[in-house]
Amino acid sequence: MPRRIYITGLGIISSIGKNLQETFSSLMQGNSGIRHPEHLGTTLRSEILVGEVNASLEELFALAGLPVQEGFSRNALLGIIAAKEATSSTSFKIDPALRTGLISATTVGGMDRCELYYNDFFTNDSKNIYLEVYDCADSTEKIANLLGIRNFITTISTACSSSANAILLGARLIRSGRLDRVLAGGCESLTRFHLNGFNSLKILDKEPCKPFDDRRNGINLGEGGAYIMLESEESILRTDNRILCEIIGWGNACEAYHQTASSPDGTGAYLAMKKALEMSGLKTEEINYINAHGTGTDNNDLSEGRAIEQLFGSKIPPVSSTKPFTGHTTSAAGATEAIISILALMHQVIWPNLNFRVPMKELSLIPVDRLLTGQLIRNVLSNSFGFGGNDTSLIFAKPMDGNLPGYPQTNPIQKNG
Amino acid sequence: MAFINGIGLISPQNTIDPEVFLQSIVEHKAEYMKSVDPVYKEFLDPLQTRRLSRIIKMGITSARLCLRNAGCEMPDSIITGTGLGSVEDTEKILAELPKEEKFLNPTPFIQSTYNTISSQIAIYLRCHGYNSTYVHRTFSFESGLLDALLQLEEKSAENILVGGIDEMSLNHLMVTRRSGLWKTEIINNLELRKSMSPGAVAGEGSGYFMISASPVPGTYARITGVETIYKPSDFAFIKEKTIGFLQSNGLNLSDIDLIMVGVNGDDRWDGIYDAFTSNIFPGRPVSWFKHLCGEYHTATSFALWATANILKRQMYPPVMQLNDLQPLKIENILIYNQFRNINHSMILVSR
Repeated sequence: MPRRIYITGLGIISSIGKNLQETFSSLMQGNSGIRHPEHLGTTLRSEILVGEVNASLEELFALAGLPVQEGFSRNALLGIIAAKEATSSTSFKIDPALRTGLISATTVGGMDRCELYYNDFFTNDSKNIYLEVYDCADSTEKIANLLGIRNFITTISTACSSSANAILLGARLIRSGRLDRVLAGGCESLTRFHLNGFNSLKILDKEPCKPFDDRRNGINLGEGGAYIMLESEESILRTDNRILCEIIGWGNACEAYHQTASSPDGTGAYLAMKKALEMSGLKTEEINYINAHGTGTDNNDLSEGRAIEQLFGSKIPPVSSTKPFTGHTTSAAGATEAIISILALMHQVIWPNLNFRVPMKELSLIPVDRLLTGQLIRNVLSNSFGFGGNDTSLIFAKPMDGNLPGYPQTNPIQKNG
Repeated sequence: MAFINGIGLISPQNTIDPEVFLQSIVEHKAEYMKSVDPVYKEFLDPLQTRRLSRIIKMGITSARLCLRNAGCEMPDSIITGTGLGSVEDTEKILAELPKEEKFLNPTPFIQSTYNTISSQIAIYLRCHGYNSTYVHRTFSFESGLLDALLQLEEKSAENILVGGIDEMSLNHLMVTRRSGLWKTEIINNLELRKSMSPGAVAGEGSGYFMISASPVPGTYARITGVETIYKPSDFAFIKEKTIGFLQSNGLNLSDIDLIMVGVNGDDRWDGIYDAFTSNIFPGRPVSWFKHLCGEYHTATSFALWATANILKRQMYPPVMQLNDLQPLKIENILIYNQFRNINHSMILVSR
């Protein structure tokens, strides 16, 4: 019997909320975070819509509980804020008897500062401290240092599926017995670097994004940080943390088709979902909700939609993309949407796919366009697909047995919770 | 068991031909140690040769060399470790950004994402299996190896292509020199040991390895274990972790025949290696490799190539010997590397 892996802590910051409670409220009220950027210094401001965290760098320091200082990127602060929330909800403390790991994901790393100081790097020493924050490891090490995590740390970058792969590796390290608990997730801040990169590919929608809609015209980029605490049963016996849900399946596959485009038939997406489903031992009809990658590009939604149709046949469970709420938070998207999926499980709701109006000609798939409450949701599939065809699917489940520590006596998962 | 069944390495030495092992040593006397690039058009089609940036060409080509060497056409998984990804493409975008936010060339952006190398290899091979990229400084390659070992344990894959790859550029060298990473003087790589000054000599390279559940006739060695240590509290902690790491793999300190350390000529940190070898492994043969490949985040991929060859050939090249001691037998080699006393790692390689 393989070790079971539970989720006991959640932490999130995005354009729809600076913590879990605010995120939940925005989702319940249908409030999108998509706006013109206020904090990113870009000449594209008036023509671009993004899911920007509504806080200046100084405000982010305050949220992170840190004094304003040099050497911190916006990216690292977003990560710190979410990681602290995920651990504070579990009264996290370093316990020598528990091997604790941190697996974080990012792609732009500290680019938000480096693109500002790039000329200084060539001409003077005034911004040298930011040479240390340029790469992907900086935000991970800052989080590890603040939380005292030492047993294992690493950083993953698979573009837009990065933090889903961080969760996947965390689960595998616990299952193998190498670690007892893992804080896994990712962070990404908006930068001119990747905003212009995506713009050059002509896949940014100038209007609010419309996933799975025939009128869809691209992505709204977003930013944020999102981390979840994964624990083994042995760990929970020591920490006494409340079980929120269980991760029962994961799958990673590669499109091997094109660097920035998905294959028309969604091979990678299909394989990732299929692997996750096989591992979970569930039948397709036991998936009660799919939180789709659904970026709003022509290409992704067609490819992902076809893959879902191929795997689920005529009985497609309720599907929605929550990117019209948060924007596409790229490396943070996998963990952001894992948390949004877990909130669906905890509160037995299905989140709406905002901005949907016109079904796609090529698909029978119609996303859920309004909030559905009082649903019976046991298993949720969360998809994260990235450039380069790096596709990952995760399945979260409400634990079914009552013999687990922390469950169900103190479990928050109730039908009308 | 994790067998190294094939290797493809592009490095500042002549490492492309698997039949030769450090027979002629390349001397470098330049700002950094640049890879001896193969003629890429012999490995890639003309379109790829023209379009792809250098690090991606290095990655695809070394992956191909590895598959050929292993006699394996299709791996089950592809994993890449890279500290910095495509430095060249990132620089192109940063240089272009201040001027104009409207007409950026999309190609450097596409190639600048860290996962491009793993995914380009997958596209080249049409490999739909597991695919991932680790980007944590000197833990990048080690994290990839750990992922591969996990997959063998899980029995989710049998042949896993794992690489460590980083490139250097003159611009990047100039910029990062400000943070004190590199020596300010130009020295001959073969005289690195004599140069005790702050900073290392930068290098680059791309090493891909076929890590497999079963051996083949050309198998090099076995990877017994990999361990990363983040911010050790003190030296005693490193010692304790080393003993624990070996024990968890069924070995004692006395079973290690040869140590390979990441000495890089930086007088601020090289003492850590001296302490490691003299305190934990007194009287044991010690070898080094960074005078051959330079310092980069995934330089341990060069060390793994070297240890795999030493174990397979049962030959310990004089150019790698850091002390005068000779191993009595060559069964187990421990690679030990550290970065600024923050990121320490060990790879245990056995015959």
